[in-house]
Parts: sequence; structure tokens; C-alpha cells
Amino acid sequence: MERTTLDLWVGAFVVAGLAALVVLALKVGNLSTYNVSESYQLQAHFTNVGGLKPTASVRSSGVLVGRVTSITLDTERYEARVTMSIDKRYQFPKDTFANILTSGLLGEQYIGLLPGGDDVMLKEGEEFKQTQSAVVLEDLIGKFFTTSVDAK
Amino acid sequence: MPITKTLRAIGSRSVNAVWRIGYASRFFVMTLFYSGPSFKRFRLIVKEMFSSGVMSLIIILVAGMFVGMVLGLQGFETLKRYGSESALGSLVALSLVRELGPVLAALLFASRAGSAMTAEIGLMKATEQISAMEMMAVNPIARVVAPRFWAGVISMPLLAALFSAMGVFGGYVVGVVLIGVDEGSFWSQMQASVDFQHDVLNGVIKSFVFGLAVTAIALFEGYDAPPTAEGVSGATTRTVVQSSLAILMLDFILTAFMFRGD
Repeated sequence: MERTTLDLWVGAFVVAGLAALVVLALKVGNLSTYNVSESYQLQAHFTNVGGLKPTASVRSSGVLVGRVTSITLDTERYEARVTMSIDKRYQFPKDTFANILTSGLLGEQYIGLLPGGDDVMLKEGEEFKQTQSAVVLEDLIGKFFTTSVDAK
Repeated sequence: MPITKTLRAIGSRSVNAVWRIGYASRFFVMTLFYSGPSFKRFRLIVKEMFSSGVMSLIIILVAGMFVGMVLGLQGFETLKRYGSESALGSLVALSLVRELGPVLAALLFASRAGSAMTAEIGLMKATEQISAMEMMAVNPIARVVAPRFWAGVISMPLLAALFSAMGVFGGYVVGVVLIGVDEGSFWSQMQASVDFQHDVLNGVIKSFVFGLAVTAIALFEGYDAPPTAEGVSGATTRTVVQSSLAILMLDFILTAFMFRGD
């Protein structure tokens, strides 16, 4: 069997197609942002997670430090239990504050970590004790109306 | 009696349709059954990949580029009203990867390569090349149909991926280079919203299914075409019409399964 120019064309076509898939996976998709480095799991309970979704980012001072892995309802406390995997390079004090924040007015929601001053660091499987739930716009508007009626 | 005539016509049409479906299914099974020999002679598949895949490249690349550019322009105009131009990247990428890439690439593939397959096989049949092969104890399904089938099935996902990648590039050119959306937020919002498994892989699965449908329809129509000039032209038309409809219907079904509940 001999090599022909036809093979070259088909080969180039296959290579280009696979390259396009790689571009879609790495440049367009989130495969490159998946944590390849080692990570550890931390938990937090929130009374309301709002629009937080799995794979949402966990940031501290705006730096991406991890991702939300799962959101379930804890039926003992009837609160949302959010599990997140944090990059091993980053350790957080025991009294770190976990907030659900929104990027922009209508942007996606993420977890913001505000480190405290404790000397003891959180370990695998432990929990952020202090949390603040997502700001639900409807609640906020509701509160605004009731307070403005009270003021009259 | 006109009524009995109409009834008879309806009856014979429905029986014919069922007959054709049965014949098509048997044809499809035979194609899969005789695929083994054609994989042993991979050269045949490569040759068909050239005529269906490589020859469709230009139309796929140019169309993808322009679709992406239109998405960038329209998306920007709409998103501007809500002050969220930075979401342009995720709009362009999601609509291309999930829907437009697989569907439009398959529609173009059906009219560019599918019609050619039908015409080629139909003409082979009309000029009795198929019968000649049978005379020489060469199985025409193994020699002619199966290589074309697998060439189409392999080419389709690659073409769809190229379409989507070109579309994202087109959206980038219009959105970032021409209009001036922030480059960083364009890519980062895109990466934040496009999930590899959920969006990219599902798009590949879609285009794979479309490839199966388009090539199966095209090959069957060619094989079943009446051996006349009129018959071949009618079969070619039917290929384009039926495979376009099949693509859009399958797309709805696949989308309903893949992207439900989020």
C-alpha cells in the first residue's frame, strides 16, 4: 500500500477536526479549569443557597481557590449543605466567613471566603461555622416595602 | 367509483410506506453486518472520507465563521440592553456547541455530501454497476455502501467540531476585535458557562447521531432509487428533504433528553 496525497488530505482533516475538539474542550469549555492539583473537601451550611450551582467557583479576595462539588439538603437541620473542594495550596483559619455572593447584578453566584484570625486551620471534611446566605432579591424588596410602611 | 379509488390509493400508499420502512431497516442492518470487511479495507473508507469530509470542509468553515459572526452581532445588540455584554462569549459558545454547530453542520453535510452519495449510488444502479458487482460475487453493500456509511459517520462529528470552533472564532472577531467587548470577560464567562461533559460531549454525541441518520438516509435513497434519470433526481431531492427533517426532529428529541432540568 502506498501513501497518496489523498491520505494527506484526509489526515489533515482528521487532525483539524480533533484539534477543533481540543480547542472546544480547553479554550471554550472548562476542562482546563478543572482542578488537577490536589484538593481537600470543606463543607458549609446555608439557610438559602439562592442560585448557587455545582461547579460554581469558590473565591477568596477574588482569587479562585476551589469549586462547589455538591449541594444537598441536610434533613437534620433543614439547611442546604454545600460541599466544596479547595486547592491544597490554600489553608483557611477556623473562623473563616463563607458568603454566597453574586458577580454583578445578574451574574452567576459564587462563594466568597473571608478569612478570620484564628491560628487553627480547617482540615479535610470540616465545616465553615459562619456563613451568610445568598441575597434573594424578592426578600430584599419585600423587606424594603414592609419597613417603608412601618415608617409611615 | 371515486371513493373506492381514493381508499385504494390511500391503502396502497400506506402499505408501500411500511414496505419501504421495512426494506430500509433491512438495508441498515445489512450495512452494519457487512461493515467488518470494509474496516479491513480501511483505504476505501479513507477515500470516501475525502469526498464527503474533506470536500465539505470549505462550506463548513465559511458557514461556521459567518454564523458565529452573526451570533456575535445579534447577541451584542440584545445583551447591550441589559448591560451584560460580557456574557457575549457564553452566549456564542453555548448556542454553537449545544445546537447550531451539530445541527447546521449536519444540514450542510446532508445537502453537500448526502445528496452526492445518493446521486452516485443511484447512478451506479442505473448504469448497472451494482448488478455487475453482484455478478462478480462482490457484495455491493460491503464494497460500495458500508465504506460510505462509516466515512460519513466519522466525518460528521469532526465537521461539527470544526463548525463550532470556527463559529466561536467568528464571534470573537466580531465581538472582541470589531465591537470591543472585553477580551478577558469574553473568554472567562465562556469557560465558566460551557461544561465539557454537559455541553461539548453532548454536542459531539448529537453530531454523531446526525451523521448516522444523514448517511443512512442518503445511502438508502440512492440504493432504492428507480434506475432512471428522473428516479435518481427524485431520490436526491428526497435525501435532502428527509435528512433535514430527520436532523431537526432528532435534535428536538436529543435536546429533550440531554438538557432537561437545568
